[in-house]
Amino acid sequence: MATEVKKEIAVGEAAARSWFVPVLLTWIVPGAGYFLIKCPVRGALMGGMSLLMFLIGLMMRGAFFEPQTGDLLTSVIYCGGWVSNLANGSLYFLAKAFGYNAPDVAGHVVDYGTKFLVGSGLINVLAMVDVFEVATRRKS
Amino acid sequence: MPKMALSHFEMAILFSLLTSVALGITGKTGRQEQIRYSAYCFGSFVLALFGLGWLMYFGHR
Repeated sequence: MATEVKKEIAVGEAAARSWFVPVLLTWIVPGAGYFLIKCPVRGALMGGMSLLMFLIGLMMRGAFFEPQTGDLLTSVIYCGGWVSNLANGSLYFLAKAFGYNAPDVAGHVVDYGTKFLVGSGLINVLAMVDVFEVATRRKS
Repeated sequence: MPKMALSHFEMAILFSLLTSVALGITGKTGRQEQIRYSAYCFGSFVLALFGLGWLMYFGHR
């Protein structure tokens, strides 16, 4: 009885320790954490969706948000948008490193591009939460 | 980098499609359930798209 309880505690501790690396990896490379927890199909699909959305956003010349504060709405939109952009991990940093800069023009295509870039980050946040749940065995 | 310019409708459909797949994968377990939930999300997106489109059309008349 006591051995079983000890074993369960050990398994629980191992699971708690093992979620950090897959979640971090998913943030850095979208979908990559799934491969670490042996869900390659799910990883390929989630990584593919995030990457596709990000690339479409870039092709539409969408803009990245910069953190900006002011009234409540401005703070929520600009800081939230910036955090969502950051959630793309290496894709965001690579685009920045290669000097991606959206032209300052108005239009529905650029607007949609900006939303696609934010959406891509949010899909990656969903993926991170999913990886956490699978790694801690809250979900199969 | 190639440039992409689609209409409002095409972009909204594309966004719905990609988001629906992601929601289906993360929202449900089991292949059938995931496919069904993705289709449900996509249908809901399209329904909302048409609904809001008509609402804005009549709102601007």
